[in-house]
Amino acid sequence: MFGQAIDKYAAPENAYTLAGRLAPWFGWVTMFLLLAGLWDSLFLAPADEEQGESYRIIFLHVPAAWMSMFVYVVMAGAGAVGLVWKVKLMDAVARASAPTGAIFTFLTLITGMLWGKPMWGTWWVWDARLTSELILLFLYLGYIALQAAIDDRRTAARAGAVLALVGVVNIPIIHYSVMWWNTLHQGPTIVRAEGPAIHISMLIPLLVMAIGFTTYYLAVLMQQVRCEILEQEKNSSWVRALAAGGK
Amino acid sequence: MTPILRAFVAVLLRDVRLALRHQGELLNPLLFFLIVVTMFPLALGPDKLTLQAHAPAVIWVAAVLASSISLDMMFRSDFDDGSLEQLLLSPCPDVILVFAKILAHWLLTGAPLTAFAMLLSVFLYLPGAAVFPLLMTLLLGTPVLSLVGSVGVALTVGLRGGGMLLALLVLPLYMPVLIFAVAGVNNTLKGLSVFGEIYILAAMLILAATLCPFATAASLRIRMG
Repeated sequence: MFGQAIDKYAAPENAYTLAGRLAPWFGWVTMFLLLAGLWDSLFLAPADEEQGESYRIIFLHVPAAWMSMFVYVVMAGAGAVGLVWKVKLMDAVARASAPTGAIFTFLTLITGMLWGKPMWGTWWVWDARLTSELILLFLYLGYIALQAAIDDRRTAARAGAVLALVGVVNIPIIHYSVMWWNTLHQGPTIVRAEGPAIHISMLIPLLVMAIGFTTYYLAVLMQQVRCEILEQEKNSSWVRALAAGGK
Repeated sequence: MTPILRAFVAVLLRDVRLALRHQGELLNPLLFFLIVVTMFPLALGPDKLTLQAHAPAVIWVAAVLASSISLDMMFRSDFDDGSLEQLLLSPCPDVILVFAKILAHWLLTGAPLTAFAMLLSVFLYLPGAAVFPLLMTLLLGTPVLSLVGSVGVALTVGLRGGGMLLALLVLPLYMPVLIFAVAGVNNTLKGLSVFGEIYILAAMLILAATLCPFATAASLRIRMG
């Protein structure tokens, strides 16, 4: 049954319809989660003992950082599936993920800077975590530039998949950078063997925000995948019927 | 010799021979390397201690830039005259042929660059004790540049504006090599051991040599349709 569902929705027309149906749901869930998460993180969560109120940027910074890596892995994974099994839908997913991932990476760097100024006394240090996150931004931008340079969408998607897969080596480097090099950026507090080193009152809004960011990505992804599918299939009869004013 | 080994040697010798017939092109990366290195004493000032402290960084940044500029010659002419297509159509596994081309590229650019860097390190007052670590990092690091770069060239060969795009794709992937190589040489300047970084560079070389030829061969097949 599951296999049949995959077969059905790998067909571009069905995937287009399904993405269109899912997008608003993800959108509404995102809005609810982000409003609840922001309320919890800005008003309900207690101030930090050492950092006072300014630690609250963690609720944007950490989810954005997770997403920046997660989206890259999704992009590379979808690209690999598109490359190996020639699933066009996965090509669309990979291409559509890149701008969102780049934005999350940029947001991570910006919120990190805004947090760094009051806490470390500097906007930027050439620390391993910061540098590897910056390289991640360059990898996203290189991927986007490559997509723009190759006219044929099929070739562009496959070339991008190879590039994304080569760049995947950076992901574990980002994750482990704070353990391998003891520099200014703090070590892991949430994903670690001994359990989270953060109080539950701060952990809950953090996780709510993280899930909200994920559903935001999914909502945006659905819309972008629809656009990608329309571009990919612009010569097919169903897209022409759609463009001619059908439903 | 097995047929595969014979094909490997044939492609290697062909590339080296072709390059030696255009000696001017071979000198260009070295000249570029020299010019970039020359800019630093002009910008930093001729002070001996300053130059000495910056020598590893200067040499490595110049080497990385020279390597990225020279990457284009790996597949460009073969792509233009169609021989790349013939190579890919041959019964020999394309990974082997790609590996031969990468090795030829390193012999023609990375190796001379390494030798030339030894000479330039004297002009930047690099202490004698740091010359050997510099040589080691260059010997281990420049092949990684050729290997990782080959993926970028394969992806951009034949694209308009490919040169600039190639640099954008490849330079971020060069950064880890740069970081460890310069850190290693700087360690010797401080009297510390260079071997930690040397081992990491060696690991990077093994990883790149095992994986990059496959990615490059796949990229070429994608680009050629």
